[in-house]
Amino acid sequence: MSGPTLLDSLFQRSLEDLIKGLRLYVGDESTFISKSLDEIRREIKSTDPQTKSIALQKLTYLHSIHGVDMSWASFHAIELSSSHSLNFKRIAYLAASLSFDPSTTDVILLLTNQLRKDLQSPNSHEVSLALNALYFIATPDLARDLTPEVFILLNSNKGSTRKKAIALILRLFELYPDSVRVCFKRLVENLENSDPGIVSAVVGVFCELARNEAKSYLPLAPEFYKILVESRNNWLLIKVLKIFVELAPLEPRLGKRLVEPICDHLKRTGAKSLAFECVRTIVTSFSEYEFAVRLAVEKIKEFLNDDDPNLKYLGLQALTIVAPKHLWAVMENKDFVIRSLSDADANIKLEALQLVLAMVSEDNVMDICKVLINYALKSDPEFCNEILGCILLACSRNVYEIIVDFDWYVSLLGEMTRIPHCQKGEEIEKQLVDIGMRVKDARPQLVRVGRDLLIDPALFGNPFVHRILSAAAWVSGEYVRFSKNPSELVEALLQPRTSLLPSSIKAVYIQSAFKVLTFYVHHYISTKGVITSASQGVEDLMHGRVQENPQFVRTGPVADSDTDDGGLNPMMLHRPVRDVSVESFEDMSVAHEWLSSTSSKVEPITEESIVSILNFVETTLGPLSGSHDVEILERSRNVLGLVELIREELLGYLVKREEDNDKGQRKTHEMIKLIAEAFSEELGPVSASSQERVPVPEGMVLNQNLADLDAICGDLGLHIPTSFSFGRSISSGKDDVTMSDLQSKEEVESTESTSLLAEHRKRHGLYYLQSQKKEMVYDDYPPANDLKTGNNADDEADDLVKLTEQSLFPKKKANQAKPRPVVVKLDDGDGPFIPAKKVESKDDLISGAVRDVLLGDEATTSSSRTKKSDKSSSKRRQKDKLDIDKSSVLKEDSKALENSELENAILRRSKRHSRGKEKKHRSTAKDRDEHEEGDKQKVSHNHGKHKSRQRADVALTLAAQSPVIPDFLL
Amino acid sequence: MGIRFILMVNKQGQTRLAQYYEYLTLEERRALEGEIVRKCLARNEQQCSFVEHRNYKIVYRRYASLFFLVGVDNDENELAILEFIHLLVETMDRHFGNVCELDIMFHLEKAHFMLEEMVMNGCIVETSKANILTPIQLMDKAS
Repeated sequence: MSGPTLLDSLFQRSLEDLIKGLRLYVGDESTFISKSLDEIRREIKSTDPQTKSIALQKLTYLHSIHGVDMSWASFHAIELSSSHSLNFKRIAYLAASLSFDPSTTDVILLLTNQLRKDLQSPNSHEVSLALNALYFIATPDLARDLTPEVFILLNSNKGSTRKKAIALILRLFELYPDSVRVCFKRLVENLENSDPGIVSAVVGVFCELARNEAKSYLPLAPEFYKILVESRNNWLLIKVLKIFVELAPLEPRLGKRLVEPICDHLKRTGAKSLAFECVRTIVTSFSEYEFAVRLAVEKIKEFLNDDDPNLKYLGLQALTIVAPKHLWAVMENKDFVIRSLSDADANIKLEALQLVLAMVSEDNVMDICKVLINYALKSDPEFCNEILGCILLACSRNVYEIIVDFDWYVSLLGEMTRIPHCQKGEEIEKQLVDIGMRVKDARPQLVRVGRDLLIDPALFGNPFVHRILSAAAWVSGEYVRFSKNPSELVEALLQPRTSLLPSSIKAVYIQSAFKVLTFYVHHYISTKGVITSASQGVEDLMHGRVQENPQFVRTGPVADSDTDDGGLNPMMLHRPVRDVSVESFEDMSVAHEWLSSTSSKVEPITEESIVSILNFVETTLGPLSGSHDVEILERSRNVLGLVELIREELLGYLVKREEDNDKGQRKTHEMIKLIAEAFSEELGPVSASSQERVPVPEGMVLNQNLADLDAICGDLGLHIPTSFSFGRSISSGKDDVTMSDLQSKEEVESTESTSLLAEHRKRHGLYYLQSQKKEMVYDDYPPANDLKTGNNADDEADDLVKLTEQSLFPKKKANQAKPRPVVVKLDDGDGPFIPAKKVESKDDLISGAVRDVLLGDEATTSSSRTKKSDKSSSKRRQKDKLDIDKSSVLKEDSKALENSELENAILRRSKRHSRGKEKKHRSTAKDRDEHEEGDKQKVSHNHGKHKSRQRADVALTLAAQSPVIPDFLL
Repeated sequence: MGIRFILMVNKQGQTRLAQYYEYLTLEERRALEGEIVRKCLARNEQQCSFVEHRNYKIVYRRYASLFFLVGVDNDENELAILEFIHLLVETMDRHFGNVCELDIMFHLEKAHFMLEEMVMNGCIVETSKANILTPIQLMDKAS
């Protein structure tokens, strides 16, 4: 590209032309911009500063408004900054501050000298331009190189420059922590400036510093206190209040002194911003001072009743802060809060919602939820879900702490599902399952609600609800013994519309159907047994066969199934049956009682109904047995297998009813019983951290490389041919007979693979999980507390199991005298396991330097001041003493801090730190001398100060845990 | 840091001034401005002027066709920021006389200089209109 010609310079378009052109241009803006950019690229190379500056000006405009990249022009900006004209300089610095990226723009270093020159310039405008630019482009190097210049400016006699330098210093501290040592003292001195603007700037800096690490600034509390009491500048007061919010928790005695002046400001001020800041300060930090909180709440009430939505919002926010400690404040404004739920502003509604939930307690949870659900029905989807989420959160907090009536809560969950906008499927699913596992008494209601959800065809339409349906299906399968009509459940679980569900949930449906079916059939069989025995009982009396039939019932008794027997057939209270249930299941007595009340209404199961259900299952699941989804495929095959088994059994039953001691029939019986038994086992909640407690077995290295797997694989490789050929031989034999029979081949292959598997298992049984009697439930659910497998794990897991068992135990007794059903809690708390975190603050460097400076400098300043103090007022003397106290206290503090640092920081062991420590030690020694000197002087100057000196001594001898505020303030 | 950025956006959502107090890339800026415009411009007069966004707050105020949006840290005093916005508008008013969108468009630099005088490192350092305007008047005189 050629350089600019004279003509270009003469007819250069100004920034104004560019803007006008952009506005008038019809068509694609970007073509115009790229055209202008070409112009600018040419012009910016000009040697004429005028042309160059206008080009840069235009480019800056395009960059900041139209997002045009200008990183290529960095050097031109630097070039222009050396111009003598203030105007060009300004353009150059503006371009730099708007476009330079401190981390990537490498030409920034070229500016160092120019900036230094400008910072030293006698022209205050140039200085302030440089200060501004320095803020935006400062890099650690730049900060290091220019700290001396900025340090000088901290004493500038021009107020505006000094203010900017002060504000800039914060940036330098961040980038180059060592600058603290140079500048901190002067920064503190500026706190006593008579110009409120300057003080305000300093306070602003401390406000930021204290936000990151407040402890180091505690010694400055007296200065801040003075500002709080004396200043009438609202900006300043707001900042000071913010500092005190940080300091107050560190020094409890601060509160006593601060509350009064803050309340005074609150009463006096007309400025809403300051009033609000006072309120916020009181409610966050001084909530133990009743009168102050009263006053704040009065003010909040004023805000709430204001027409300005801003004040309303802030008022609600303040109430939210105050709520945990002073719920009465919220209660007083209850009506307003409830009304705000229908406010026009979503933000206000959200705040109000938070507050409503803060009011929730055991007594009013039902009412509040009713109100909230009504609001949810009326509001837009977003807020509706916000409400639902909050209800779910509040009710489940602390393991359903506030829920007394779980039947109600479970119904509420069901109700939520039906809200059209409901998108909280995941959470509701979680809670339904969780309640099922934790709260025994809620199970019948859970099954009822689950059934209602399952048979509701409308719910399939909302994909967000699918997860809830999955929970409903699980619950009805798991606790089917509470169901009034299992056959209806089977139908609901296998209805054609389930094809709308995602396959993972469909698998849950099928699995649940499996459980229900098992229960149903098992129930039928055992009932039949009882019926037979009952009907035969009469005959038995005659035939003298009394012994045999009860015997039948006794074989392999299962907890629930047997109690079911007792309950389901209350009309035939056959004594032996009763006995069995009483004998072996005292602990299930509660469930038993439940059953007898619910199941007495269950219609008797007939053979026809079984047959029809089996037919139904077969027709619906038949097509699925070829599904591509493994979960569905496997589970539907399971069910079909069961159906087959039952058919056999049923037929056998029909045919051989008379000869009940037939062996084949017994076997099927046993199998069904076994399955039913497995399903009816109790599932309990598992702590999220329990996995981590299982110790690694001895001699096992988890992150060992798996080279030895090769050996196993090698083994496998060796084995495959042999066993394969073995299988092959069979297959080839079969092939000879029926070559085209595909199915037989499949069979062969499957036997082949199972034989392989069996072989492998035999050889490497160690690596296989123990075969379990109980079927694992899919992963989506919290894995059940598997008692059986728990035993072979190890002692600790064992203990956990025992603990859970124990925690389950007493609850059963408690149930009898219940106000609230028992909620199973894990002893170790249910919260997710949070590994201890190492606290690491990146501001350590700054605060470390600050401590050093305060330590070293305060002592020297105090001693220098004491010399002058002869002439100064008593107040001044007090101040000196304060400084001394401060430094002495600080010493202790820094030691304590060092210790804690040693404990905490393991990683942060840098060279820098050890260097800092040395310095600290040296300075402490120096301090002590100086301190003693100061003490002597003080004694000679004012004898009446004995008491306070003693106190100071005490402060010295005691290893102060936290920095102490001088007594002067307290 | 206090103030993180100051934006002026017109009713159509076009940015008229953007001042960031921490470096963001062009893409980040564009994304941020887009999100904020979408969030704030849809709100009406009856709604409050504070919006929570990402991990900070936006305090905004509308003057005629122009929105002034200020992104601040969460513990910043919202009402004070509103006062700051008002001060900024008053200062511009004093300089331009009935300031409008076009004034800011054509005098973007001046607007930036006013901000430079008022805010440093995200802290408000100058609140006197006269002081804020001195350098700009000097600049006018020079040119």
